[in-house]
Amino acid sequence: MSALLLEGVTLRLGGRTVLRDLDLGVGQGVFVGVLGGNGAGKTTLMRAVLGLVRPSTGRIAVFGRPAERGHRAIGYMPQARAGLTDLRLSGRAFIAAAAGGIGWGPAVSNAAQRADVARVIGLVDAGAYADRPVGALSGGERQRLMLAQALLGQPRLLLLDEPLAGLDPHHQAATIRLVRGLQRRLGITVLFSAHDLNPLLGALDEVLYLGGGHAALGSVDEVVTGPVLSRLYGSPVEVVRAQGRIFVVAGELQAARQGIPASERERHVRV
Amino acid sequence: MFAYDFMQNAFAAAAIVALACGAVGYFLVLRQQSFAGHALGHVGFAGATGAVLAGLSPFWGLMAVTVAGGALMGALGERLAERDVAVGMVLAVALGFGVLFLNFFTSGAGQANALLFGNVLGVDAATLWRMAGCCGVCLAALGLMARKLLFATLGPELAEAQGADLRLLSMLFLALAGVAVAEAVQVVGVLLVFTLLVGPAAAALRLCTRVGTGFSLSIGLAGAQALVGVALAYVTDWPSSFWISALSGGCYLGAVAVSARRA
Repeated sequence: MSALLLEGVTLRLGGRTVLRDLDLGVGQGVFVGVLGGNGAGKTTLMRAVLGLVRPSTGRIAVFGRPAERGHRAIGYMPQARAGLTDLRLSGRAFIAAAAGGIGWGPAVSNAAQRADVARVIGLVDAGAYADRPVGALSGGERQRLMLAQALLGQPRLLLLDEPLAGLDPHHQAATIRLVRGLQRRLGITVLFSAHDLNPLLGALDEVLYLGGGHAALGSVDEVVTGPVLSRLYGSPVEVVRAQGRIFVVAGELQAARQGIPASERERHVRV
Repeated sequence: MFAYDFMQNAFAAAAIVALACGAVGYFLVLRQQSFAGHALGHVGFAGATGAVLAGLSPFWGLMAVTVAGGALMGALGERLAERDVAVGMVLAVALGFGVLFLNFFTSGAGQANALLFGNVLGVDAATLWRMAGCCGVCLAALGLMARKLLFATLGPELAEAQGADLRLLSMLFLALAGVAVAEAVQVVGVLLVFTLLVGPAAAALRLCTRVGTGFSLSIGLAGAQALVGVALAYVTDWPSSFWISALSGGCYLGAVAVSARRA
């Protein structure tokens, strides 16, 4: 059984077709990097898997069950949010709010929920600062707390939306190491979206590349090639490998000749 | 001062209002919606004066408008949060209508003054029971939704993904805030709703890293400020609203100083 299965899925957002007729299956225990430029549909795809965006055609299944809000197998870490910098509650209280938080009644955790909170704090290695105010923590530390929230309830599919945004290269590497370690240890499937492929190169099992409304899934060597990406974008794209890094290039000349506006060219140049 | 009926009523009213405001205010400040509380007071002013003009009870007129206004603000949600000019205009227009309705009163400025700045010494036994009932409803509803509300506040995307209806929660909560505002108006008036609804909660949120202790401290501070304010008003013969707002401001400044020293 696939961890995630999409059949003929089309996703529309505000009248615009973001992704068209996707067919893909992600196996269990796989670390998938979800790549693509701004507006390629990374967040929309994750929101569809969560049941927050209804596909206009096709169906999505997570571990054989339809993708619906409240699917127990899914953990989700949204993009970093402003507003937490003023929060004086402790990291533990922040995480505990999400433990069984969907129920009605007073905001009091039971023993099992407190144990789950302690477990996820241990998993993300946040014990040293879990009892300090969230607002007094660094961006990287706050992000670990959000990752801990996503791990509550022992999910088998983890959706991480741009975890590297706003982090320096050192913290990016630490985050990737942490997530890769958790993914292996817990045997879970991870969808990890990012702008830039290079920091993830050594860690990924597969890459899901979104562009031009289409998607390509496979190993880095299969997907990040000139022919595949050219087909994805519907325009010539070249892939250059140098010093262990990968650069996706659509020359300025090519883009200009096809009348692609400068604002759109950026995504052709970077992975 | 405890021998007089009106003082006993005043202390009881202050305690009831503090309980509702301290509890609701904690979530209001945590959700960064304190401006909504302020707005509801102003909108309620038009409701109260309009009700008097129509020959109805000002308390229920106030309550109806603050609860409906709260639900509406919750429904508009983030679209409203980004439009402070629009909210400010609605406030100003509501207050303007309140002034117009007042103009038609025959009873003079006494009632206007009570609505604007509160009149805790004028609370009678019937009003007290009504306030206690509203406070009970408020706390029961908050107890029912506290868990989900906290989740929706601290992890809105996650809560939504797990099936929480964020807009409905926001509507329900701001309607509850409307009840608390209508209560607070009895003691401190529409212009000083902030002092009991936001001041104690903001101080408690500065000082406490745990939800339970912060929530309790918010209620405790609101209670202490309201009761001490009423007592000081009796001793000095100055308005209780002045004392309550001064204590509220003082507590908040103290909390800021303490938390700044810790950091």
